[in-house]
Amino acid sequence: MAKVFLYPTTSLILSDLVARFGHTPLSAALQVRERIQTAGLESPPLQITPEEPKKGLRWAAVEVPSGVRGRMSLYGPMIEAAEAAIIINNADYSFGCMGCARTNELIKYLVRKRNIPVLDLEYPQNEEEGVEFVAAIKQFLDTLKGGSP
Amino acid sequence: MTAYSPRYAGSVTRYVFVESPEMTPSDLAIRAYEISQGVMIKETCFGLQVTGKEDDVDRIVSSLRALDPAHIFVKDRGFPPGDRRRCRANLGGARPGYFGHEFEIGLIRNISKGLEALPGRPPGELPNPPTPSTKPGLDAARLKKIIESQES
Repeated sequence: MAKVFLYPTTSLILSDLVARFGHTPLSAALQVRERIQTAGLESPPLQITPEEPKKGLRWAAVEVPSGVRGRMSLYGPMIEAAEAAIIINNADYSFGCMGCARTNELIKYLVRKRNIPVLDLEYPQNEEEGVEFVAAIKQFLDTLKGGSP
Repeated sequence: MTAYSPRYAGSVTRYVFVESPEMTPSDLAIRAYEISQGVMIKETCFGLQVTGKEDDVDRIVSSLRALDPAHIFVKDRGFPPGDRRRCRANLGGARPGYFGHEFEIGLIRNISKGLEALPGRPPGELPNPPTPSTKPGLDAARLKKIIESQES
């Protein structure tokens, strides 16, 4: 069973397919849950504290805006733990503010720099593309550690 | 600054989305209540949220998924249901988030089709999925030439 990093990290489709085919999806919810379930000081809405941009320094330089560094404290550990990644490139809804946009660019760069197997896709716009999309993900996951041959 | 002590510490929450011509979220909720055994089930307009110990949640989710495997989709959620920071009952209006889910649910019938077609696919057939375009973007030097040609 391999740990598979997802991009977009909140993707329902990727999260479901990776778990369905027997691997562990690394999604943003796991990092949010970890913070929500840790006692400390109240810091709504996501329990992101001033410590997070400091932790983000591991993945982004000090002159990078704190919004990017704070987000990287969520995604950075997952990128480091990942054994493979699936990236959907036309996820326009994940653009958000400049903090999100720059973090998204940094995430893709760091994933590629790790030299792990990466599957690059786009969202399927019709049923024929959907069939190929699911088959490609299944084939990719089968080649990973613990996948069915 | 006030102290924060988490509710439902040690629990996991999973979303169960149903987009099926044969099953509604309330059908799914009734099935889930039948096997819940103390696990918290919250019915929503798109499906369910299931909160409890990880093993119990996994058991319920796998049983629910078996009802209509190609049309039931599951993902993790960070917050428990009804959390004051996210629940719209406390926020006084529409809740932030769900944009990604709304977008992906619009495409999920294509994924269902793919899941249904998977067992009948000949082994060894190479998939041809939609991939990002490799067409290069507009080169800066080329753009400069276009601008200069328009100015002259």
